[in-house]
Amino acid sequence: MRIPCPCCGSRDRREFTYYGAAVFLDRPAPDAGLEAWDGYLHLRDNPAGVTRDLWYHDPCAAWIEVERDTLTHRILSTHLVEDAAAALRAARPEAQP
Amino acid sequence: MADLKPTVPLAGLNEAIGRARLAALDPGRVTSVAPWPGRNVDAALAPLGLHFPPPGTVIAAQGARIAWAGRQLAFLIGAEPPAALAGVAALTDQSDGWVWVHLSGADASAVLARLTPLDLRPSAFAVGTVARTVINHMQALILRGAEDGFEIAVFASMAGTLHHELTEAMRLVAARARI
Ligand SMILES: [Zn+2]
Repeated sequence: MRIPCPCCGSRDRREFTYYGAAVFLDRPAPDAGLEAWDGYLHLRDNPAGVTRDLWYHDPCAAWIEVERDTLTHRILSTHLVEDAAAALRAARPEAQP
Repeated sequence: MADLKPTVPLAGLNEAIGRARLAALDPGRVTSVAPWPGRNVDAALAPLGLHFPPPGTVIAAQGARIAWAGRQLAFLIGAEPPAALAGVAALTDQSDGWVWVHLSGADASAVLARLTPLDLRPSAFAVGTVARTVINHMQALILRGAEDGFEIAVFASMAGTLHHELTEAMRLVAARARI
């Protein structure tokens, strides 16, 4: 499997570390309630198809959000978590830490 | 206070095996340059004739070089950092932190290909560019100075492992050529 790093271009999967589902970026507000926090911390989908997850490109130290298809191993898109987080902050200013 | 003498890892290394040669390399002063968020370091680098390199790029001028070395990180090589740089970037002296070797020869690519998942074809890794990648389990910085010439840097504490991995791969490639 090869993953396109937004910094480095197409690289071998051995250069990456898997972190987990991309929902980690969408942190609930501190007062969102037990159910929201339980879901955020513990509940994950296991889709047969398109999924979004977080990978770390070890050599260049970039966190990357990867959209990929679990049925075909095709990578649909990648972008820096820095950019995804900025977009989330813009969409939900009340969730600012 | 003990009088400690600085030593250079792999000093004097110059080993030819088959059609590849591994030699020690002294890049001079190496400083990592990490621009503070939102700051532009180009004006501070201008006295050296340099600017901050885009990913994969090496810029050279007046004997100094600056090589991209990771996300929002570059290595200034062979020059003292200009004073103005300290105001716009985090600077760390890496001269003793990394060990550098030069791998050259007709089989240099074949040797490296045994150790790194990086695509070494010149169409993917062009002469004059730089890549962050891994050499087996070691984090590495590789500058391609020529089609068959690579400057390779890893953390200085791994100098012995780098030497072992590279010479072992050189031996295997040479043995393969004799079949
Ligand atoms: Zn990268």
